[in-house]
Amino acid sequence: MSEIITKTAAELADLLAAGETTSVEVTQAHLDRIAAVDGDAASGVHAFLHVDAEGALAQAAESDARRAAGEARHLLDGVPIAVKDVLATQGLPTTCGSKILEGWVPPYDATVVGKIKAAGLPILGKTNMDEFAMGSSTEHSAYGPTRNPWDQTRIPGGSGGGSAAAVAAFEAPLALGTDTGGSIRQPGAVTGTVGVKPTYGGVSRYGLVALANSLDQVGPVTRTVLDSALLHELIGGHDPLDSTSVDTPVGGFVEAARKGAAGDLSGLRVGVIKELAGDGWQPGVMQRFAETVDLLKELGAEVTEVSCPTFVHAMATYYLILPAECSSNLAKFDAMRYGLRVVPEGDPSAEAVMKATRDAGFGDEVKRRIMIGTYALSSGYYDAYYGQAQKVRTLISRDFAAAFEDVDVLVSPTSPTTAFPLGDKLDDPLAMYLQDLATIPANLAGVPGISVPAGLADEDGLPVGFQVLAPALADDRLYRVGAAVEAALTSRWGGPILAKAPTLEGPR
Amino acid sequence: MSETLVPFDEVIAKYDPALGLEVHVELNTNTKMFCGCPALFGGEPNTHVCPTCLGLPGAMPVVNGKAVESAIRIGLALNCSIAEWCRFARKNYFYPDMPKNFQTSQYDEPIAFDGWLDVEVEGETYRIEIERAHMEEDTGKSTHVGGATGRIHGADYSLVDYNRAGIPLIEIVTRPILVPAEKAPAVARAYVGQLRDLILALGVSDARMDQGSIRADVNLSLAPKGETKLGTRSETKNVNSLRSVERAVRFEMSRHAGILDAGGSVLQETRHFHEDTGTTSSGREKSDAEDYRYFPEPDLVPVAPSREWVEELRGTLPENPTQRRARLQEEYGFSDLEMRDVWAAGALPLIEATVAEGTAPQSARKWWVAELLRRANDAGVELAEVGVTPKQVAEVQALVDAKTINDKLARQVFDGLIAGEGTAAEVIEKRGLALVSDDGPLLAAIDEALAAQPDIAEKIRGGNHAAAGAVIGAVMKATRGQADAARVRELILEKLA
Repeated sequence: MSEIITKTAAELADLLAAGETTSVEVTQAHLDRIAAVDGDAASGVHAFLHVDAEGALAQAAESDARRAAGEARHLLDGVPIAVKDVLATQGLPTTCGSKILEGWVPPYDATVVGKIKAAGLPILGKTNMDEFAMGSSTEHSAYGPTRNPWDQTRIPGGSGGGSAAAVAAFEAPLALGTDTGGSIRQPGAVTGTVGVKPTYGGVSRYGLVALANSLDQVGPVTRTVLDSALLHELIGGHDPLDSTSVDTPVGGFVEAARKGAAGDLSGLRVGVIKELAGDGWQPGVMQRFAETVDLLKELGAEVTEVSCPTFVHAMATYYLILPAECSSNLAKFDAMRYGLRVVPEGDPSAEAVMKATRDAGFGDEVKRRIMIGTYALSSGYYDAYYGQAQKVRTLISRDFAAAFEDVDVLVSPTSPTTAFPLGDKLDDPLAMYLQDLATIPANLAGVPGISVPAGLADEDGLPVGFQVLAPALADDRLYRVGAAVEAALTSRWGGPILAKAPTLEGPR
Repeated sequence: MSETLVPFDEVIAKYDPALGLEVHVELNTNTKMFCGCPALFGGEPNTHVCPTCLGLPGAMPVVNGKAVESAIRIGLALNCSIAEWCRFARKNYFYPDMPKNFQTSQYDEPIAFDGWLDVEVEGETYRIEIERAHMEEDTGKSTHVGGATGRIHGADYSLVDYNRAGIPLIEIVTRPILVPAEKAPAVARAYVGQLRDLILALGVSDARMDQGSIRADVNLSLAPKGETKLGTRSETKNVNSLRSVERAVRFEMSRHAGILDAGGSVLQETRHFHEDTGTTSSGREKSDAEDYRYFPEPDLVPVAPSREWVEELRGTLPENPTQRRARLQEEYGFSDLEMRDVWAAGALPLIEATVAEGTAPQSARKWWVAELLRRANDAGVELAEVGVTPKQVAEVQALVDAKTINDKLARQVFDGLIAGEGTAAEVIEKRGLALVSDDGPLLAAIDEALAAQPDIAEKIRGGNHAAAGAVIGAVMKATRGQADAARVRELILEKLA
């Protein structure tokens, strides 16, 4: 394995700035790694649905030319990145993991994609995901699953399994993900990587193909907390094209990460969420979690237990609001303007073409949620389901608000279990949904969250994630606490957690 | 299906109607409701489009502030309350000209609500209660090619132009209008007409019914006289002229009565109006099962107009129509009867524009309410669409005042103007309509007439000036009407003095 691909984005930025490497070299090394380990639907990590070697190298060459002329646009200019296939990329296919968008090439860039292009980050390609981001295992991708680099018989989490696996497998130093109910954080947890869901409105959603508009948020997927902070500062900020984006200055994340890495958390008040534990939580996960909480105490934090009683209703609430919004969002996929078109025999009407296309183009999980959402919004049921869910959502926000009066951050395990075997929960949607038990409340309330590696579970030797949640717009706290945990544990382990991952077949 | 139509007189003897009018007003903002594309309908198909108004995956809407301003001004002009906080909602249904398969509209939180508009019909004032005025986006426009009906069913293929998709609309919805049965068609027409004038005065829309920038949906139900429970309604879509509004109401009343008289029940459905026959036909059935699954648009933040802004906008409202009408009647010196005819013809804005071009009010009134109204009625069009502009009327009257033509010739000038033969002067030139201004040819004609009727010349000489009429008639005939009758009279009397 080429040494350059093991570097963090911050390290690559330093090497590029010092002239010790070039963007072309770095980008080529990652493309080589992708060629070596990514494989396809049948085998390999399969983190990518589309690799744009030519485009990435061209962008890398331009970046090198800028550097040579002393005109680097950003610290990360020249550091390559992978983009979840749910973000519109002009000139690159964007399928959302669905057959219904096979072959669609957007004529425009998502705002975040525009920002990374403007900063000069070469785009390696588009990463795999559960279809329209519905799932926690990436098995619902219409193009075949992504495999966990720690154990290729296991899931990489979802829906952003492709982005998390890509950084875990050193196929990319950075990736963009999206998190609607845990799709950045849970894959981070089960692949031993870092994932951040920013405050709702902190990062523009323009060009993010919506799953659930009121829950979705774009965020960084990286191997270190500092890299997430760097990427978050790049993609964050108000966007006039997204009315829900927050019009307050974003920043201080990198500074918070550097401060946190120094290891002093004295004065920090930490709340352990009582409701996010118990039956169904894997012992190895709880053990690593408890140790990490002890670590916070060692670093000077005051830890208390906090009750958020309505969190037990978060799952039910989420699975009404999300399907309702997505049933409407996905209506546009009707074969009339773009994407798949299935024309039945005979002389079919437009309606018949719509039906046949949607029947053939959507997978079962998507259809399930469209049906649930359509039902929940139907007249006569709206108040009982969607209306009630919105009320509970308000209560969940109030639980957060009350908790944040007493503590600065809340913590929990990111996911109840480590990576489970592929196929294990495919026939049991509810079991799959439970993967997001700990991550969903943050989306419902719009607060930010991070998942950082907390070690490996004793029973299976697989990564465990530690989740930190902060009040809305206090994303900097995630970086301070996340970096402190990361620094202390990395030092305890004698190196990054991914050093413990099995070696993937690939060029050395 | 054959329909039994009950004569209108019989309908009004037995039933009371409930009317409901939904009027869509296309705003004349520079850009669309939720994106920066020009809000220009027409042009090369699918050229005024972007990811947002095409509903491309990932694109998001942003509210057009100018459209909100127009909506508030319309609301205020209709005496509505303006919401302190309201949201957009998605109206979900599938149709190929809907880019997202939902229309971003407003549902239970309209920007304006609880207002009224007073309309006058034959001297009586009727207060039309406004339930709401809300903001929404227009859909694309489908053209169905092939098939007999021009509708999607049976078409060989359909073309969709999304230039119109996303153009801002304000939908104004009345509460049930309960007026005497015999007045219902006229009240419906008067309401839409006055609403149009109001919108025009506000300057927020082109307000052209013929071009679809104002579209009316007519809801109507009948109930037997004395029955307080409303009957089942039909909804006649896209009625695109004032005259059609009146005819649609009249037709639907006759049709409903036919069904009810036969003991049947009216189907709750959408109907199409046919301009050529003045009839309606069944569209899609609209049962209560149709469910738009409205929910608040999660991609937009609530609209919360400050009270200061609302008051500022109130200050920009044009003169209230009732006051304006009273003021103009006073200024123009029209009698109550004259004013009623002007009003009924929808001629006031046209007369105002003609007077602004320098024409005396009574002359302007005479042309619009007599001559041009007759032509509009004959052609079955609105007075404003008769084919003559206020500026042209002013030009014609100026030529009459200058004695270049007389009233009779002016009618022929209007023929030429409507036929598109150019300016009034050009029509006169082309058709050779100018009055004979030289006394020479007139004197020759007079001599000829007197020679033919020597006894009349004697009578005139004898002091019977009224007898000159016969000579004048003969001269006018000889000059094919192109003589100034007053001048001919003068010349006759001079000659025989």
